[in-house]
Amino acid sequence: MAVPAPHPASAEPTAGFGFILKKAVISALVALVLFFLMIGIRTEAGSSGQLIYWTRFGELAAIVGAVFVGSIVIELLRRWIGPVGGVELPASVRGGFAVLGRLLAPALLIFALLVPVIFYKERYLLDLAILVMTYVMLGWGLNIVVGLAGLLDLGYVAFYAVGAYSYALLAQSGLPLPHLTDAFPYVAFSMEQLGPWAFWVLLPVSGLLAALWGVILGFPVLRLRGDYLAIVTLAFGEIIRLVILNWQDLTGGPNGISGIPRPTVFGIPLTPGEHGFAAMIGVPFSPTHRLVFLFYLILALALITNWVTIRLRRLPIGRAWEAMREDEVACRALGINITTTKLSAFAIGAMFGGFAGAFFATRQGFISPESFSFQESALVLAIVVLGGMGSQLGVALAAIAMIGGFELFRGLDQFRMLVFGGVMVLLMIWRPRGLIGHRAPTVFLQKRTEISASLVKEGHG
Amino acid sequence: MTNAAPILAIDGLTMRFGGILAINKLSFTAQRRQITALIGPNGAGKTTVFNCITGFYRPSGGTMTLVHDDGATFRLDRLHDFRICKYAKVARTFQNIRLFPGMTALENLMVAQHNTLMRASGFSLLGLLNAPSFRDAERDAIDFAREWLERIGLTDRADDAAGNLPYGDQRRLEIARAMCARPALLCLDEPAAGLNANESAALSDLLLSIRNDIGTSILLIEHDMSVVMEISDHIVVLDHGVKIADGAPRAVRDDPKVVAAYLGADEEDAAQVMEQTMEGGA
Ligand SMILES: Nc1ncnc2c1ncn2[C@@H]1O[C@H](COP(=O)(O)OP(=O)(O)OP(=O)(O)O)[C@@H](O)[C@H]1O
Ligand SMILES: [Mg+2]
Repeated sequence: MAVPAPHPASAEPTAGFGFILKKAVISALVALVLFFLMIGIRTEAGSSGQLIYWTRFGELAAIVGAVFVGSIVIELLRRWIGPVGGVELPASVRGGFAVLGRLLAPALLIFALLVPVIFYKERYLLDLAILVMTYVMLGWGLNIVVGLAGLLDLGYVAFYAVGAYSYALLAQSGLPLPHLTDAFPYVAFSMEQLGPWAFWVLLPVSGLLAALWGVILGFPVLRLRGDYLAIVTLAFGEIIRLVILNWQDLTGGPNGISGIPRPTVFGIPLTPGEHGFAAMIGVPFSPTHRLVFLFYLILALALITNWVTIRLRRLPIGRAWEAMREDEVACRALGINITTTKLSAFAIGAMFGGFAGAFFATRQGFISPESFSFQESALVLAIVVLGGMGSQLGVALAAIAMIGGFELFRGLDQFRMLVFGGVMVLLMIWRPRGLIGHRAPTVFLQKRTEISASLVKEGHG
Repeated sequence: MTNAAPILAIDGLTMRFGGILAINKLSFTAQRRQITALIGPNGAGKTTVFNCITGFYRPSGGTMTLVHDDGATFRLDRLHDFRICKYAKVARTFQNIRLFPGMTALENLMVAQHNTLMRASGFSLLGLLNAPSFRDAERDAIDFAREWLERIGLTDRADDAAGNLPYGDQRRLEIARAMCARPALLCLDEPAAGLNANESAALSDLLLSIRNDIGTSILLIEHDMSVVMEISDHIVVLDHGVKIADGAPRAVRDDPKVVAAYLGADEEDAAQVMEQTMEGGA
């Protein structure tokens, strides 16, 4: 059954000031316990290693007081604004928003195409734009698994790593399996043979290898749902990272792999010499060319991901993914093979992760296990959840907001995570189903409607 | 020329859950192009029989044989999970409605045509390329869904989320969805539960038209006796996992064992009750 959206504040509309006060006192007490050791007592190692500590009860009192007042203010605001999400905007305003919403995606696309033109002189911003687009692509890839198929995957970074390492290893040494290349000489190739085409040949290979790993991971977790699935996929992500870290012979362990070939403009390298791209088109060489090219490359990869996802959603396979998210039992009763449906979601999601990984490797020229920690999985998942599960536009917006916001608050140092966490919590209170919480049907008879998020299931496995 | 063999023959079906014997050596047949009702008091094991037929449970014993019009024969006890719908063409509805609430009514009917469309989409490759053959198949599927939406009177709500439809509409949509899988045998688990008198009457008409116009055989679990007596050709009565009666509606209704099972009384009391009702009727 569909669970109606909760209206927390409407439950006790008549509770008086005493209730608000009680809540604030409880919050303040919790804050007191929580911050007593963290803020109230400051410890440091002295010159000879002994413990030095002093108390900061003033600061502690300030924090607790802030929590107390803040709690009252928030509660009053809630009374004043009414239940979260219960505010009905007038039709004209909503119509205006709808028009804006329709224009948003094309506007973003045009802006994205113009980014290298606008920020040509700002290398830092170009770099940031490439990073954002990488996360947009990862978000769109994971969106297939989590948003459409409803399979909570906490180990998505594993496929990102497989893609990156596949590209790095194959580009460095050809096929790293001597006995295989002896048996099948025609599959053996070396970097010399591939030359400047290495990236273009190995990009699809990396994606396919990641897809293969998606299927390999998919098999053992077919029967798992919800929390169990999340835990096992999380473990899988860590296993891949630990294998990479410890298989020194193959992956270089913690030292990583360097000297990964840079991408070429379809065979033409982006180098200064006379065979370089700049000389070819007759402009003076600039290192920014590579950045611009990398940006358009990741933009193209991301748009392909987006296009494939949008198309797949309207195909029977995509409808089966969404149906599986809604009700697996009903799917089985309709003759849908849950095994292949789940595995295809894992594989296709993983494939796009692999593409992004190969891109990451070629952009950096150096990869090490550090880049593939659980934090990356968590970040990509946060992008998908924040964006609104299943919404392509929402995921793009969330990636821009999260990665861009991360950079914006760089000046805050260690408080960055605090601000970030706070904003996440507020957003989830304001829009529990993510920025774009409604679902657009894949087919319609008379009119295209939007399905409110409260009806759409998030999936249990 | 139609096949004379019963569409479904169940022989010695037994289902055990740990120590509970939910179904004990149940045997009955469902005839082709007929509505066979499976009735019995709460907890008799009716839903369990459905779960065995549709592959959700693996029976502890017994055989279930399904024969298509063209003579193709399927041993349902050896077929499992999605294969029962995909190959043996048995579709079902659930006692607690199981639609895809966040998808529109039309989408629900499209999902039911998954296997046909999947083949037409070349396992998504032709579909990705938007091949004309796939577009044709998709249009046919939409037309078929539209036909069913008309039949159940939901054309106007085709693009509304299934979870937003009134209860009665959801019940009918679930039947339409099962029919969109083009089944040879349709299993309905209490389709009239929660419907008002008008809706029940409409449901009876719908089921009769499925039997008469489309020629699908129906296996029906139902507590609403007015529906059962009106539309079924044959009734099987189950109590505590054992078959206690099997026959035409009139014969079953007058069977004291059935009345006893329903009233929870012994046979003598039941006979008395029967007499009283007869007198009352006279
Ligand atoms: N998965 C299961 N595990 C254990 N016992 C079960 C299971 N499924 C059904 N049963 C038991 O089997 C018996 C028959 O249940 P079933 O649901 O088939 O009854 P029913 O005839 O459909 O009843 P109702 O009219 O209430 O729907 C019950 O005693 C039930 O507890
Ligand atoms: Mg039942």
